[in-house]
Amino acid sequence: MKLSMGVYKRFGSFQLDADFEIDGDRIGIFGPSGSGKSTLMGLLAGLHRPDEGTILLNGETIFDSRKGLNVPVPQRRISMVFQRPHLFPHMSVKRNLLYGYRRCPSDCRTIRLESLLEVLQIGHLLDRGVAHLSGGERQRVAIGRALLSNPRLLIMDEPLSGLDDSLKFQIIDFIKNACGTYRIPYLFISHSQVETRIMTDRVLIVEGGRVTGLMTADELARARMKDHIAGYINLLKLRHIRNVHGMSVYEWGDRQLFISAGEDRPEDIFELSSAEIILCKRHPDAISARNLLRCRVSDVFETGGRLGVELACGKERLVAEIVRKAGEDLGIRKGVKIYAVIKATAFRRLR
Amino acid sequence: MPGFTAADYSAILLSVKVAITATLLSLPAGFAVAYLMTFISFRGKIVLDGIVNLPLTLPPVVVGYLLLLLLGRNGLIGGTLLQPLGIEVIFTWKAAVIATAVVGFPLMVRSIRVGMEAIDRGLIQASRTLGAGRLDAVITVILPLSLRGIIAGSVLMFARGLGEFGATIVVAGNIPGVTQTIPLAIYEYAGYPGGEAMAMALCGVSIAISVIVLISHEWIGRRTGRTV
Repeated sequence: MKLSMGVYKRFGSFQLDADFEIDGDRIGIFGPSGSGKSTLMGLLAGLHRPDEGTILLNGETIFDSRKGLNVPVPQRRISMVFQRPHLFPHMSVKRNLLYGYRRCPSDCRTIRLESLLEVLQIGHLLDRGVAHLSGGERQRVAIGRALLSNPRLLIMDEPLSGLDDSLKFQIIDFIKNACGTYRIPYLFISHSQVETRIMTDRVLIVEGGRVTGLMTADELARARMKDHIAGYINLLKLRHIRNVHGMSVYEWGDRQLFISAGEDRPEDIFELSSAEIILCKRHPDAISARNLLRCRVSDVFETGGRLGVELACGKERLVAEIVRKAGEDLGIRKGVKIYAVIKATAFRRLR
Repeated sequence: MPGFTAADYSAILLSVKVAITATLLSLPAGFAVAYLMTFISFRGKIVLDGIVNLPLTLPPVVVGYLLLLLLGRNGLIGGTLLQPLGIEVIFTWKAAVIATAVVGFPLMVRSIRVGMEAIDRGLIQASRTLGAGRLDAVITVILPLSLRGIIAGSVLMFARGLGEFGATIVVAGNIPGVTQTIPLAIYEYAGYPGGEAMAMALCGVSIAISVIVLISHEWIGRRTGRTV
C-alpha cells in the first residue's frame, strides 16, 4: 500500500497540517491523545473533507482540493474499526457482518463469510443480537464486518483500548491472523507502544496536528525509552518447553529462560523492561536470579542521560539500560562480552 | 345518554380521518426536515427551524387566518395554483387536514429529531466506510434507529390533530357533516341550551380515542424497544 497525503484542515482552534508519504502494509500511527491521529484518518477515509490538499492511495487521487476532486466515502473502499465496535444494534451479528459485503462490488469479494468466521472464531454468534455479545466478541465482529467489506485499506483507530489486557492480545492475534490471511494492508492507530510494536513495522509519529516522523516500531521504542519508568520494553515471543521447580522454561533462540509467570501454553509473548536487566562483567558464582545470559554488546546509545545497551544473545536481541557511570565501570562498548542477569519474576506475560 | 345524530357520527369519523391523513402526509416531510436539522449543516438552518416551529408558538387562529389568506381564492397559492386547477380547498375537509398538518408539524419534527439525535454518529460513519451511500445510510441505519421517535411524533401529531380547533374553524368552517370535527361539534353543542349532554357524550368519545391511542403507542413502543 502506497499512501501520500498533503492535507490541511482546521477544526475550531485545532489545526492539522500533515504532509507525508508512506509505503508498507503494516503501518502504525502513534501520538498522544488529541494530536490529530483520528482526524487525519477521518480525512483519509473521507469522513471529513480537508480544507485543502491532496490524498493519493496506491497512485489514485482520492482527494484534490484544486481540481475539486473528492471521491465519496463508499467508493474509497477504506474500512474503519473504531475504539468502540459501533455494531448496528437493530441487526443480528450475521447482518452486521454482511453489511459491507453486500455493498462491495461482486468482483472485489475475495473474503467470504465462511472462511472469516473460522479465522475470527465467531461462527457460533451469527444469529445472536449484538446486545448479547461480550466486549471481545463485539470487537471481533466489528473487525470481521470491516474485513468482509473487502477494503483496499483497513484503518483501526485504537481498536483495543476498550478491552482488558488478556483480551487485547487475543484480539491482536485475530487481527494479525486475519489481515495476514487476506493480505489487507492496515493503518493502526494507537498511543500504546507495545500494541504498535506488535502490530506494525513502520510508524508515523503525529504530534500537535503534524506528522513529525517516520520510523520503525523499534526505533520508536528506543526514542521514547527515556520518557518511561520502565524504559525500553523488550517483547519476547517464547516457546514453552517444560515446567521445573514451579517455574516455566521457555525457549528463546538457542537459550532457555526461566519465567515464573508462565502458563502451559505452547507460545506466549512476554514483556521485559530494560530496567530489569542487570549487567555483570564477570560470571557471578552464585546468584538468586534464575537467568544468566552470556551475550555481546551489539550497540550502545544515549537515552536521556542514561545508556541503552543492545545485547546480542545468539540471534536474539535485548535492550538493557544502565546509568552512564555503570557503563564506564563495566567498560561497556560495542563488541564487549558481558553477562545479563534477569530474575524469573521480571517477565510479564502479555496474554 | 342521548343518541348520536348522523352529523355526530360523521364528526367522529371526520376527526379520525383528518388526524390520520394529516399525520401520514406530514411523515415524509417531517422525517426529511428532522434529518436536515440533525445531520446537515447549511446556511439558513436557523430560519428553517424558526419557520417549522412558528405554528407551535402562534395562536392556532392566527395560523388558520394566514392559511385562509394563502389558500383562498385571491390568495398566493389559492389564486395562482389551486384556482386554475379547479381545486377547492377552503371550507372543505382538505382545509381541515392542512390546518391540522401545519399546527402539528413542529411536534412531529421535534420528536423525530430527539430520536435522531440519540443515534450514535459512529454508527453512521461505520455504515459509510462499509460502502453505504448517503441515502443507503438513511434507509438502513437512521430510519430504523429513529423509529421510536417517528412513532412518538406520529402519535403526538395524531393526538394534536384530534383536538385541533382554532385553525380548523377559520379555514374549514364548522359545517356539520362536511367539516365539523369532534371539537367543533362540542363547541356547537355547548353553545346552545340543552346541548350539554351531547357535548359530554362527545367528550367521552374524545377521551376513549385518546386512551386507545396512548395504549397503542405504549404497545408499539415496547415492541420496537425490543428490537432496537
